[in-house]
Amino acid sequence: MVAQIKMPALSPTMTEGKLSKWLIQKSSKVVSGDVIAEIETDKATMEIEAVDDGVLYEIFVEEGTDNVAVGSTLALIKEDNDTEDQLKSFLEKNNDNNLSEKDKKNIQEINSKTDKEIHDTNVDKKFMNVKENISKDERIKISPLAKRIALKNNVNFSSLLGTGPHGRIVKKDIEDLIISNKNITSIDSYHKSSSDKSYRDITHSSMRKTIAERLVKSVTEAPHFFLSVDCDISEINKIRENVNKGDTNISINDFIIKASALALKKFPKANCSWNNDFIRYYNSYDISVAVAVEDGLITPIVKNAISKGIEEISIEVKLLASKAKKGELSPEEYSGGNFTVSNLGMYGIKNFNAIINPPQSMILAVGKAEPRAVVSNNEITISNLMTVTLSCDHRAVDGALGAQWLNKFKDFIENPSLMLL
Amino acid sequence: MVKQIQRFHREPIINVIIGLKMTNLKDVIIIGGGPGGYVSAIRASQLGLNVTLIENKELGGICLNWGCIPTKSLLKVSEFKNNLDKFKEFGFNISGEITFDIEKIVKRSRDASKQLSSGVKFLLKKNKVEVIKGFASISSIAEFIEINITKDNGNNEKLETKNLVIATGAIPKSLPGIENESDRIWTAKEAMIPKKLPKSLTIIGSGAIGIEFASFYNDMGSKVTVIEAEKNIMPNEDEEISELAKSIFTKKGIKFFNNAQLQTIDLTKNNAISKFKIDNKIHEIVSENVLVAIGVKGNISNLGIEKFSIKTENGHIVTNKKMETNIKNIYAIGDVTSPPWLAHKASHEGVIVAEIIAGHQENHELKKEVIPGCTYSNPQIASIGLTEKQAKQKDIKLKIGKFPFLANGKSITTGDTEGIVKTIFNKETGELIGAHLIGSDVTELINSLSVAKSLETTEIELMKTVFAHPTLSETLHESVLSAYDKAIHI
Repeated sequence: MVAQIKMPALSPTMTEGKLSKWLIQKSSKVVSGDVIAEIETDKATMEIEAVDDGVLYEIFVEEGTDNVAVGSTLALIKEDNDTEDQLKSFLEKNNDNNLSEKDKKNIQEINSKTDKEIHDTNVDKKFMNVKENISKDERIKISPLAKRIALKNNVNFSSLLGTGPHGRIVKKDIEDLIISNKNITSIDSYHKSSSDKSYRDITHSSMRKTIAERLVKSVTEAPHFFLSVDCDISEINKIRENVNKGDTNISINDFIIKASALALKKFPKANCSWNNDFIRYYNSYDISVAVAVEDGLITPIVKNAISKGIEEISIEVKLLASKAKKGELSPEEYSGGNFTVSNLGMYGIKNFNAIINPPQSMILAVGKAEPRAVVSNNEITISNLMTVTLSCDHRAVDGALGAQWLNKFKDFIENPSLMLL
Repeated sequence: MVKQIQRFHREPIINVIIGLKMTNLKDVIIIGGGPGGYVSAIRASQLGLNVTLIENKELGGICLNWGCIPTKSLLKVSEFKNNLDKFKEFGFNISGEITFDIEKIVKRSRDASKQLSSGVKFLLKKNKVEVIKGFASISSIAEFIEINITKDNGNNEKLETKNLVIATGAIPKSLPGIENESDRIWTAKEAMIPKKLPKSLTIIGSGAIGIEFASFYNDMGSKVTVIEAEKNIMPNEDEEISELAKSIFTKKGIKFFNNAQLQTIDLTKNNAISKFKIDNKIHEIVSENVLVAIGVKGNISNLGIEKFSIKTENGHIVTNKKMETNIKNIYAIGDVTSPPWLAHKASHEGVIVAEIIAGHQENHELKKEVIPGCTYSNPQIASIGLTEKQAKQKDIKLKIGKFPFLANGKSITTGDTEGIVKTIFNKETGELIGAHLIGSDVTELINSLSVAKSLETTEIELMKTVFAHPTLSETLHESVLSAYDKAIHI
């Protein structure tokens, strides 16, 4: 068996890296422990060490090559007992290997074959599993039962390594995770009461982890730009005065949800999400609403907001928010969504910039509605204004599109009767 | 700076140490050539290990020679007879009496065993497993484990091995105070090779073995009585299935005594009198033969178990999840270890232990709840996972579905309409936590649910699965649907 040196996965999310440097020459001797190459990712540089003795027989990837897929064969090491025939037959298989897209696929195919062989012998399985999960476009292998239990218990399993065949996450993995989460929490609360330290460490809840992961992904991957506009809400307030009698209590936010959906309909190009190879345009108008809960936030969804009346939206948002606070949302009530509304007006915030909720492309940050002095026709008048700030993912939504959308939104808010049309 | 070490693919290392004393050093010695041992030997050899298998009797063990296989041949005969009895129903006219020759029936069953045993011999040879016939025992444990083999001719041979797998199986438990001193008192082995069909047979114990023989002898025309110490027959099965089984078997003519404590078996010239107590009242059953089928115990005598302090419990070797005993490099698999005592469990453990010895790192745990259990009586009984009672004891909220074969099209056409399929789900997670079947061919049906359970499917995947029509397996689907009040055909 020929020893291959492959592009390693430095982190569970790493899919490719740069081969920055070969530290040894072709045909030179390699002794176990020698550093033979350096790999660079956006986060770190790492070294590859040899684990066996031999000779560096062939180099497939020249130094300085960017975007080398995880799992690609970088070089071959001839061990003492490898015959020339074995190496040649291996090379033939990889003959036109110069890392075009097609060839990367070939390599992956060959690698996956090798993985099968490795499966029957001793190799660090966990490492392989990570790699496998990534190469298949982030598909997470999880049993239906494990998934159900994870969702029910709000457990994040996206980076969990399963103990089932080929790293499949099984029931026991999720149960173990739940137990270990619980243990950590209880140890923490013990420390809280018994320790005199000037700080305390609280282990991440799974919600905290999800928030961190998703927002880091958003901020690091999606180039954000921000557009602000002031909206006059006098008309909306007039309507509210008329309808908010008895049990009905429609908020400004309910209008904002409806107006967002309608503006998306007017500018369908803004209703999209960025993917590596394509932009996905949605035909649905599902509006996520950020709701603060005890140890984080969650974004339940008003589905198909475009065809719902404002009162209907109002009732639905109240129900979703109360479920969210009790932790009773079912996964389908918070998974998906095309656009998010985040409102901090009730905390007196005038305006703010929100981070996009991936994979969505836009989020609207809503500030407090208040009477402000406005100059109009050379006179200072008082208007009820609310500042909203739209964050856009520049990969999918350009400035002009964002501005047009925001103007349309403002139009709906200031002339709510347009929403009836 | 983060360092990550690339590991290279390595073939398993086969050590051939050439020296004066070490020429016979094996990677693995397996004692016992039953479904645990021979499967383990083949797998170990496939993984490049140097394997020796030692068997004292026939290859294939109890399962193949004196258990699963020959009894299935006998039960096919009784099923055949049941069908013959229904010839008019199927439109046949047969004139004259239908008789059978028990000697030929037994021979047919012995032939099946012989054929499979020689098949095992061939497989071992093909996989280059060295097979030694003889009685093995551990003679010393030092750097390596030394095994003494006493051959049939009385000669001894010593072998050294790095790893030992004990796969010696189990032997029938005997009743305290009642020795099998007469040929009127049988174990399963004698019940498999009757010289004549007994007019009457009393069976002590209503586990799988007891019930299979009860079914066979009753169908063939013996008057069968079953004495069971527990409240229900087949005490390991779901209570509802046990009760249904009891009523079906009773209808077919088998007499049952439950909660019965056997006192004595007295022998007369032509009969055995079994005395047993129910609620302090003594009962007596007179029968030509008595079959004692009250379970098994580990086959561990003269192996060196006590000498080397290998830990046992209730006559069975104690192992951990990796099949390791308390002594390093000594493993045990199959019936010699903890229950369930089933051939397929032994084989599965055989593969696992071979892979562990070869150094495989993946998770090897064999979960007991995914091991199906089957009884090949007429009707058959098959189950997997927890019974309703066990599930309730664990405080699991349940969804239970039931579907009778009477409402299944295929069953109507074959005329085998007895029985039900019962499925038990965890209400909160949708996990299939148990399935309990009684009816024709349910020992085949259960395997679909084993796959489902092993893949950790929930009720949703089972409901979405398209089952072919008309098949008996549709009852599985309907049972799942019925658990969620969605059954169509009931």
